[in-house]
Amino acid sequence: MSDEPQSPPGGETPPKPAPSTAQGPSAPKPPAPAAPKPAPKPVVKPEPWSSPWLETLQSRFPGAISDPLIFRGQPYFTVAKEQLLSVAEFLKSEPGGGYVFLTDETAVDYPKREKRFEIIYLLYSFARNDRLRMKVLAAEGEPIPSVTAIWPAANWLEREIYDLFGVVFEGHPDLRRILMPEDWTGHPLRKDYDILRQDTAWVKAHLNIESGQ
Amino acid sequence: MAEATFLDANELVLNMGPQHPATHGVLRVKLRLDGERVLGSECVIGYLHRGVEKIAENRTYAQFAPYTDRMDYVAAVTNGMGYCEAVEKLLGVELPPRAQWTRMILAELQRIASHLLWLGTHALDLGAMTPVFYTFREREEILNIFENYCGARLTTHAFRIGGLQYDLYDEFEADVRKFCDDLPGKIDEYEQLLTTNRIWMERTQGVGVLKPDDAIALGVTGPVLRGSGVQWDVRKAQPYEAYAQVAFDVPIGRHGDTYDRYLVRLQEMRQSVRIIRQCLERLEPGPILGKVGKIIKPPAGTEVYHSIEGPKGELGYFVVSDGTVNPYRVRIRPPSFLNLQALDKMIQGQLVADVVAIIGTIDIVLGEVDR
Repeated sequence: MSDEPQSPPGGETPPKPAPSTAQGPSAPKPPAPAAPKPAPKPVVKPEPWSSPWLETLQSRFPGAISDPLIFRGQPYFTVAKEQLLSVAEFLKSEPGGGYVFLTDETAVDYPKREKRFEIIYLLYSFARNDRLRMKVLAAEGEPIPSVTAIWPAANWLEREIYDLFGVVFEGHPDLRRILMPEDWTGHPLRKDYDILRQDTAWVKAHLNIESGQ
Repeated sequence: MAEATFLDANELVLNMGPQHPATHGVLRVKLRLDGERVLGSECVIGYLHRGVEKIAENRTYAQFAPYTDRMDYVAAVTNGMGYCEAVEKLLGVELPPRAQWTRMILAELQRIASHLLWLGTHALDLGAMTPVFYTFREREEILNIFENYCGARLTTHAFRIGGLQYDLYDEFEADVRKFCDDLPGKIDEYEQLLTTNRIWMERTQGVGVLKPDDAIALGVTGPVLRGSGVQWDVRKAQPYEAYAQVAFDVPIGRHGDTYDRYLVRLQEMRQSVRIIRQCLERLEPGPILGKVGKIIKPPAGTEVYHSIEGPKGELGYFVVSDGTVNPYRVRIRPPSFLNLQALDKMIQGQLVADVVAIIGTIDIVLGEVDR
């Protein structure tokens, strides 16, 4: 960010008319703008998702599925942590064409939320030619059950999430760092890990320099 | 009585890499050996980790596009294409036809270039010196086309979000047509050198077998998955750009061994030529940029996953927007990363010399594995 000359992210800029209102009531108030604003742009956002298939899933696992949404034709929902493994097992072995292929597993960090990590499972079914996104929420230090027994592809993917976000997976056969050095401290993809930050002690010990910058 | 030495142990741990010519980059494989047989292995990766996903969060959407070229640096065009399409999907931008056909031509040329590089180096690893000179000769022609189009040969940054960076140069169609006329004969030449070559067959047939069930379970995609006999290609299953409008076949192997993966890639090059010819027929003058604002700000709270069939497999981008000019998160699903995970399965019980063949046949690029 620091080397970008342009304005900071749009959402944070103060609204333009703020200075004029700060002049106080003594200033002659311009007449209320009578001109109607141009028609507000339709807000683009994820829509609630419903389908007979989803209802079957919800009735099978009551209370486990929440926030089913769809955006640009891509459906996703959140599953309760306690029922993650049983839902995953069901999705994989579903008679109508199971989601046998774990395309990707990743995480997003929202530090202001109560449960800051969203773990995202990207599933694919060859029989239905359909993609599905399933999410699980995790608080800081809260372990998440590993899906390596269901989708072996999750092995390295969960190691990467552990490495870069610090999310612990319970029942993972080999939970170690994968991309960063094994004795590195900190998890770089967390939002509170600044892009210039580094493990200075590690850099000093291994590279024999003060800073890697 | 002599003291016990390491020679008495039945198992020997051998390090391959990170500086090893056959690993095509800085990959370290720890092998557990019993004599010449591999009992098990462990990959150590991360030597090229640059934090590309972190960089993405600190750049604007447009600024991040050139960084994608540095992941799979031998297939920069397809990397950039996947990223641009993901952002376009997030924005809901439609592309003009000329941009779509051009993108497909360049992406298929890139696929051929990537496969040519793979073929040359893979054959070199197994002791066949000649193919690398032939394949680099043809790859050079593709790189010349890229250079004439956008000025760069390797890290092309050929596209921009919403369409193309540049319109095509005047002789583009003639150049591509000439290349398409020449290539099938050149592929025949490679086949004469290798396909029925007895040494080549002995080194590759039955080596590194990956069963279709294992391939699916381990998340393998691309030519490695198809070599195992699973007929699946993102271009067919979930077409992007205008792939639904062109005819092409998805070649598959039968045995899932190194030889079949070699045949699959050769066939894929022929199919790419077929696709390019159809694209050239459909290419018409017109706009090259869709309706996209100068400042790219996708709606807040939206997220999208988009994947394309890269030369190495399914290359996916998961982009999350918080309504600002910087992406909130960009997750890159690198095909090489997941394909490399299957290495352990493929080399168990093989000979040490075959490990070189199997690493080559997966066609990894460490820049993409480590990001």
